[in-house]
Amino acid sequence: MAEWPLRLVPRPAPSTLMRWAASPLAALAMLLTGIVFFGALGKDPLAGFRAFFIEPLNSLYGLGELLLTATPLLLCGLGLGLGYRANVWNIGAEGQFTIGAITGAGLGLFLGARLGPAAVPLMLAAGVLGGMAWAAIPAFLRTRFNTSEIFVSLMLVYIAQLLLAWLVHGPWRDPAGNNFPQSAPLPDAATLHPLLAGARVTMAFPLALLLALVSWWFSTATAAGFRMRVGGLAPAAAAYAGIGDRRNVWMAMLISGATAGLAGVCEVAGPIGMLQPTLSPGYGFTAIIVVFVGRLHPLGIVLASLLMSALYLGGQNAQLELQLPASVSGLFQGVLLFYLLAAELFIRFRLCWVSPGMRRPEAGR
Amino acid sequence: MITGWVAVAGSAVTAATPLLYAALGELVVERSGVLNLGVEGMMLVGAISAFAAGVDTHSLWLAYAAAAAGGAAIALLFGVLTLSLQTNQVATGLALTLFGTGLSAFLGRGYVGATIQPLPPLDLPGAGLPVLGPLLLHYDALVYLSFALCALVAWVLGRTRTGLRLRAVGEAPRVAHDLGEPVLLIRYLAVLFGGAMAGIAGAYLSTALTPMWAEGMSAGRGWIALALVVFGTWRPWRVVVGAYLFGTVTVLQLYVQGSGSHIPSEFLSMLPYAATILVLVIICRDPKTILLNQPASLGKSFHPGY
Repeated sequence: MAEWPLRLVPRPAPSTLMRWAASPLAALAMLLTGIVFFGALGKDPLAGFRAFFIEPLNSLYGLGELLLTATPLLLCGLGLGLGYRANVWNIGAEGQFTIGAITGAGLGLFLGARLGPAAVPLMLAAGVLGGMAWAAIPAFLRTRFNTSEIFVSLMLVYIAQLLLAWLVHGPWRDPAGNNFPQSAPLPDAATLHPLLAGARVTMAFPLALLLALVSWWFSTATAAGFRMRVGGLAPAAAAYAGIGDRRNVWMAMLISGATAGLAGVCEVAGPIGMLQPTLSPGYGFTAIIVVFVGRLHPLGIVLASLLMSALYLGGQNAQLELQLPASVSGLFQGVLLFYLLAAELFIRFRLCWVSPGMRRPEAGR
Repeated sequence: MITGWVAVAGSAVTAATPLLYAALGELVVERSGVLNLGVEGMMLVGAISAFAAGVDTHSLWLAYAAAAAGGAAIALLFGVLTLSLQTNQVATGLALTLFGTGLSAFLGRGYVGATIQPLPPLDLPGAGLPVLGPLLLHYDALVYLSFALCALVAWVLGRTRTGLRLRAVGEAPRVAHDLGEPVLLIRYLAVLFGGAMAGIAGAYLSTALTPMWAEGMSAGRGWIALALVVFGTWRPWRVVVGAYLFGTVTVLQLYVQGSGSHIPSEFLSMLPYAATILVLVIICRDPKTILLNQPASLGKSFHPGY
């Protein structure tokens, strides 16, 4: 049988170099693909590059937008990352985001003006609790009934979005809103204000950075974080050591639900300012890519959320400047994830050129 | 009254058909030991491929061929990554869904609002009969073909050498490899078949069920199809039962919405998703059901070694 002269050979130990290089390499490959893609569409690749990556970011406002869009990605990604390390696949962050936005904004809408300075902290807490409650459903069904958290958390995304649609079309619709399906605007006391004049980024971004540090500390320096890592890396060893699968599932789901809920309330109390049928262009799903591009590490997740945010902004700008559809962002995000998954291969394997004369006889392979 | 129920049953059959194609395709993939969570993405690519080909060529044959080819093409991408490059199947499947959603939205940008001649019913002899006609003899070709597909999948998996080899690869790839089976080739073929079937499922959405293109129009049906495979405990005929159950839930909630009920429509629209969770809980409640039926190597990478 004719065989490829190129072979994948397992490395004796995972490569440290590739562990660091995989994500930058994937980002570079995505950039090159983007240039070829713009060329294939008959656009000037350089103009495309400028419109996608330079123009959206060359002002204070643009940089603020970068951090603003990175915030929900970072928040969702931090929680999901902890879960994926423990082999718990919450893919419903979008639903927990939506419920967090509903519970947080609900508190703000009905009690915000009366609570005064306590309104924002209480809303953030309500968002966190809402996200946790929504994530508790798949956690309960997985631990009690053995039901895959992948399917349940995803189905709950659709249910959460329909619940939001019902609220803004029905009971919570703003009577003064010209019949638009949206809630009343949040009162001033219940709003996250921009940090700087001339940009829209709010205190949610520094809060998310702080949580990245906390998550780093949690997973490297606490017993619970250690249990989650062991549960993900070696489930059998974990079980033997008495690390319960149930506890890991609950921890992973509640933490990721909490951060996704927080992301939801920060979006609605920050840049959006009211409830409307669509609160996110799929941040909860993009956060899955963020987690992988960040290689499940808090620092990596911070960098990956900035990169993915740049892709969102680039897509919006390309829509205006080059008449490209905004869906180009989604396309690039998917391509980036494919490249990354392929690049990760080289952490465990290396590529070898096997010349025909060198090939061993295939005795006992 | 009877005509009303006949209409409900008829719509339930058409609502179940795309789920059936996607789920039967995925069933074959999973029986070979591969978990492809990208069904939703493959369906969307199939939906836009079929719609674009249908609008541009006015041929429904070409539309379905394009859908199968489109679904198989991005399934091939999944195959290269998970089979040749050994990537994590869960992560790659999610990536495929995200990529397929973006790709279909991009390809479909010129087709929003376009119209297409929907797939016509076959009008078999006797379609004019009361009750029986509309209930059994008035569907399009894809509905009848879905039964043929199910019979074929059940027969090949259960009664042929090919099916035995595929199942061996899914249960014990190392043993199958040592006996000389081309594990990766068999898995590639299964993945391509799954992609083509998901593509056809998507085509049915955009050319028959709702003849139009809208971004993300599959609305979670790919995920429901994945859940149906679990619900059917990896057996073709049980998957059919599941698909029809779902078709019925979907259509009944639409009829209740249309009949001027006081229940808000959003709550009724939640029913198919809530029903998915419910049936998964019922099936998975006893861990033995899954342990005994799930292909033993499902989701695990296999490296033939050198």
